[in-house]
Amino acid sequence: MSAHASAAIDDKTFYLREEHHPENGTLLGFWTYLMSDCLIFAVLFACYGVLGRNYAAGPSGADLFDLKLVAINTAFLLLSSITYGLAMLEMEKNRKGTTLFWLGVTGVFGACFLGLELYEFWHLIHEGATPQRSAFLSSFFALVGTHGLHVFFGCVWLITLMVQVGQRGLILENRRRLMCLSMFWHFLDVVWIGVFTFVYLMGTL
Amino acid sequence: MAGTHAENAHGAHGHDDHGHGQSGAGHATLGGYLTGFFLSIILTAIPFWIVMGDVFRSTSTAAVVLLVFAAVQIVVHMVYFLHMNSKSEGGWNMLAMIFTAVLVVITLAGSFWVMHHLNTNMMPGGAHDMQNMEGMRPAETPEPR
Repeated sequence: MSAHASAAIDDKTFYLREEHHPENGTLLGFWTYLMSDCLIFAVLFACYGVLGRNYAAGPSGADLFDLKLVAINTAFLLLSSITYGLAMLEMEKNRKGTTLFWLGVTGVFGACFLGLELYEFWHLIHEGATPQRSAFLSSFFALVGTHGLHVFFGCVWLITLMVQVGQRGLILENRRRLMCLSMFWHFLDVVWIGVFTFVYLMGTL
Repeated sequence: MAGTHAENAHGAHGHDDHGHGQSGAGHATLGGYLTGFFLSIILTAIPFWIVMGDVFRSTSTAAVVLLVFAAVQIVVHMVYFLHMNSKSEGGWNMLAMIFTAVLVVITLAGSFWVMHHLNTNMMPGGAHDMQNMEGMRPAETPEPR
């Protein structure tokens, strides 16, 4: 690859290398960030695993969780993952309009997920199942809330990128940013697998 | 200047499309995403069905099955959505992930192990407590006997 490049355009080799490396560096660096984020979630999962059965004579997961709601939420997040994937495929084909369309659909699914999660939290707090009620609820709100916060910032990032793609088009910088957000978005879906299995399904058992 | 830069970069992109596909998240295909999507639907639907339909009588069996489904689905997401393989970023992605996985396992297993023993020993009426009580009973309450 480098032999071919240097033979063809010898004087530009320096620029090629400099241009190419930062992109790889960004993706690897972002992956490293995701891995450190993964450790935050691991600690929150460990907290929930340790404290998740300490109800302090309050409600348990089986009393509180509405699995139908969680199933719908899971579907929203899974659908947003596939629509983001479609946006990335359109980006590779250099179609700005359809890329923006699929990014918009992804954002709508993300917003639906957040709306339903906020409704669930509001419902729990309305019933008196506040974070202060028991160690179980503290660790529950900490874990699920942190995930929700990540999704919220993912949505903010998504809207920002849609504006940037709209203004500047699918330039190299925007492609790189979209790739980073792609990893972030799919990573959040991976974390959600852990949440719905470990918190909701195993809590209802 | 920005224009030539972008052109160069674009040229580079075109030249080593194959190499790029291996090194980044660039080798996505519609088939790959759809495969991952349908596998995820199946791997999500079955755990929900297990819990909502009360399929297993033993909760511990159900819990183990749920965790296995979650682990498989995480691998599916990693492969089909995050495009993990041993070659991406020259193997550094995989190395970082293995390192993280080791830390996660140590954190989770260590926490559960330590706290389980702590709970067992602190439990009122637990084995440790009973021993203490038995040892103390003759000295503490001699009169009722």
